[in-house]
Amino acid sequence: MTLSLPGFADPVADAQACFRAVLTAMSRPGTPQRITSPLTPPAPLGIAAAAVLLTLVDGDTSLYLADHFANAADWLRFHCGTDPSPDRTTAGFVLADSLPDLATLAQGSDEAPQDSATLLLPVESLTAGARFTLRGPGLQAPTPLAVTGLPPDFAARWAANHAQFPRGIDLILCAGDTLVALPRSLSLGEA
Amino acid sequence: MTTISGYNFAYLDEQTKRMIRRALLKAVAIPGHQIPFGSREMPLPYGWGTGGIQITAAILGADDVLKVIDQGADDTTNAVSIRRFFAKTAGVATTTRTDAATVIQTRHRIPEAPLTENQILVYQVPQPEPLVKLEPSRAETRRMHALAEYGAMHVRLYEDITRYGQVAISYDYPVMVNDRYLMAPSPIPAFDNPKLHQMPALQLFGAGREKRIYAIPPYTNVRSLDFEDHPFRAGRAPHACGLCGADTSYLDEVVVDNAGGRLFVCSDTDYCETRRDAGHVGEAA
Repeated sequence: MTLSLPGFADPVADAQACFRAVLTAMSRPGTPQRITSPLTPPAPLGIAAAAVLLTLVDGDTSLYLADHFANAADWLRFHCGTDPSPDRTTAGFVLADSLPDLATLAQGSDEAPQDSATLLLPVESLTAGARFTLRGPGLQAPTPLAVTGLPPDFAARWAANHAQFPRGIDLILCAGDTLVALPRSLSLGEA
Repeated sequence: MTTISGYNFAYLDEQTKRMIRRALLKAVAIPGHQIPFGSREMPLPYGWGTGGIQITAAILGADDVLKVIDQGADDTTNAVSIRRFFAKTAGVATTTRTDAATVIQTRHRIPEAPLTENQILVYQVPQPEPLVKLEPSRAETRRMHALAEYGAMHVRLYEDITRYGQVAISYDYPVMVNDRYLMAPSPIPAFDNPKLHQMPALQLFGAGREKRIYAIPPYTNVRSLDFEDHPFRAGRAPHACGLCGADTSYLDEVVVDNAGGRLFVCSDTDYCETRRDAGHVGEAA
């Protein structure tokens, strides 16, 4: 029974610390941020992904969970106060176990590009693997990023997402207690 | 200062903070784009910095050191009361020193001292819509932003040049963020506009009455609108600070007597004090 697992030990301070980590990750893309708050999410949910959901998701948002994470649904229902949505195409937050077709998620409109999905994607590693070079707002110089767990055509799929700026999804990659954010404003090259 | 009980940390409830935090993350992902948010009623009136206060409340942690400035000054009513508000409701340390702060809430100035990557600058914004004086309809300005249709603003600058020989905007000078969105930098003097460009610190903007949040990530291109033959020029009073002698800082003009006496002093009080502590002396000191 996953419900017996606690959420944040200190909901106010831990959510604030996690938010600042995500805010830093979003404003300095490619820079890994660690979630330091102790957290025991139900498997297979990782610490970083769980912390981001506890910090940002509540009854006012819609959350889509990939089937892979069905075991965590009750835990998220209880701690976030949200009922996971069956509709991936309109959800504000999407937790996936493999990169979905980004164009099928909420993209926002030209007038309201903020009405787009934030995609959380667990990956194996944020320190080794396929190498990318990041450019865009938040980066003074091109910044390297190494990820294990993304599909081989990720750069092309991200380029299609970036090309429709200001519309598009924002991606948060999570590996264990570490996360890296890729906002839609970011252009990504293979290195 | 002792914290008061009966309120959540930093005054706002957690659900409101989450709503503001979600808006902030989207704002950072779409630099310069205004995002609507459910602005709350705060214990001070709209126009006193409620937008900035709500952003500060949503980002502030117990380890943060908060500085609040009002037109550059740490010691005016607005700055003192907001600093005291967060000292009471969040128990955070406060400072007047720019280099010691991690979060700086500002009304209408950017500090003279360069900001670092470890700082966040929060602006209080009265009017977030740069096109408001050209197009009163919100529905229409939203569409203009969607289409990046900013010709009307260039015409407005052009009309200034034909009438006055120069662009006659001295504050809230419109900027293009990341080559995409026209943005109101809040009523900072045009003098401060160049500091917006490629700033190492994250910049967050909150408009409480107008219920909008927007942001400029660190190291983002921010260009003040201009023409090739009329390049943007940042103006300042052609004087040196009377107290510290600085001749590159933004100056306030202070009337000192009934005989037309004037004193020009740094608008950034911390910058001025730091210089005076270092031994710089102005003519009136």
